[in-house]
Amino acid sequence: MSDISTTKASADAMISMTGVAKWYGAFQALNDINISVRKGEKIVLCGPSGSGKSTLIRCINHLEAYQQGEIRVGGILLGHQAKSIDAVRREVGMVFQQFNLFPHLTVLQNCMLAPMRALGLGKAEAEGRARQLLERVKIAEQAEKYPAQLSGGQQQRVAIARALCMRPQVMLFDEPTSALDPEMVKEVLDTMIDLAREGMTMICVTHEMGFARQVADRVIFMASGAIVEEAPPAEFFSDPKHERTRKFLGEILGR
Amino acid sequence: MGQDEFLFLLMGLKWTVALSVIGFVCGCVAGLGIALARTSGVPLVERITAGYIAIFQGTPLLMQLFVVYYGLALIGIKVDAWAAVSVGLTLHASAYLGEIWRGAIEAVPRGQTEASKALALGYVSRMKDVVLPQALRISLPATIGFLVQLIKGTSLASIVGFTELTRAGNIISNQIFQPLTVFGIVGILYFVMCCPLTIYGAHLERKFAASVR
Repeated sequence: MSDISTTKASADAMISMTGVAKWYGAFQALNDINISVRKGEKIVLCGPSGSGKSTLIRCINHLEAYQQGEIRVGGILLGHQAKSIDAVRREVGMVFQQFNLFPHLTVLQNCMLAPMRALGLGKAEAEGRARQLLERVKIAEQAEKYPAQLSGGQQQRVAIARALCMRPQVMLFDEPTSALDPEMVKEVLDTMIDLAREGMTMICVTHEMGFARQVADRVIFMASGAIVEEAPPAEFFSDPKHERTRKFLGEILGR
Repeated sequence: MGQDEFLFLLMGLKWTVALSVIGFVCGCVAGLGIALARTSGVPLVERITAGYIAIFQGTPLLMQLFVVYYGLALIGIKVDAWAAVSVGLTLHASAYLGEIWRGAIEAVPRGQTEASKALALGYVSRMKDVVLPQALRISLPATIGFLVQLIKGTSLASIVGFTELTRAGNIISNQIFQPLTVFGIVGILYFVMCCPLTIYGAHLERKFAASVR
């Protein structure tokens, strides 16, 4: 396991965000964001709704454009040209709250599409890779079904496998369990925990504080588009420094 | 009405079908381009195609056929009625289909595009593999509805002197002086083409409504 340090922008950072800012018109959604994530590090991002946490991770694969600062992923500078955006997206997998599986394709085809189209893999190789990863998220027997035939938890596990088929260096999770029925949350979290144990670099926007305690190297708390506090989970939960963090934890942990 | 007269009507029917197929197929190809341009995210391109659609939706098909038929002659391009009507119907169909498909493309949930982008799919693959197959399914009932309109719209080609089903009926009617019989048969022939399509469209609509729950 990686040691728990909070050193800023190091040369071997997998993701570094320096002075990143973003506006929607006059509204500032992100304000001077500085984050450095080392290879294999697991970050949990939390904060009240509208705090900018989803916007932040969506900037990392340029689903949202940022207007100021600099983002680097695996050494690639994420500019606004299609070439650097595509290069970064090939290294960054993303899992969405609403799964966003392709409903007209089978589970297997969902997993094969991007490796074939974006990485140029042959059909046999893409299929082999897809089946292997579906196995890993324990859903191989559903490969020929369509997404609508699966439960929410199963769909989200397929979405994780689909992202992994690109062999990304980083995985982003945007509230992956928020749209799930309570009994399905665990199967998705277990899949994420397995992934974390295998050393994947992960940034997770989630309100699952149990997951944060168990897996995160650091918890980052955001409010109003800015990073308020950042600490290892033990410290974050037992000794939050800022009033806003205490208030937020009080609300979601009910204490 | 004798066999010869009926065969003459069937000749007209053949041209009606040919015009419909040409208008629809070429209209589909051009309409796809229009729909993609309309949703391209490039403001200038979107505005130009919006104008194109507005012009063809806001004027009668008959007038569009006149403009193409006489307009092309005016600027020195000699075309026969056949080519002029084909061009006219294609332009007309491309505008309507472009608008139908624009709506369908925009009806595909945003998350589909986002997931494709996150998976590093380029524009072509994003459209071809993810968005258009879903948009096509959504638009199928409306597309078939428009095809029915187009088949009936080909009757206007008779005005510029093209002998399709309606004009064939007119000619026969003037020969044998039985307009009710002749146009009754002409009407039945249109109905036989259009009604199954309408029923099929309604069937698809129900199927689609059931599949999205």
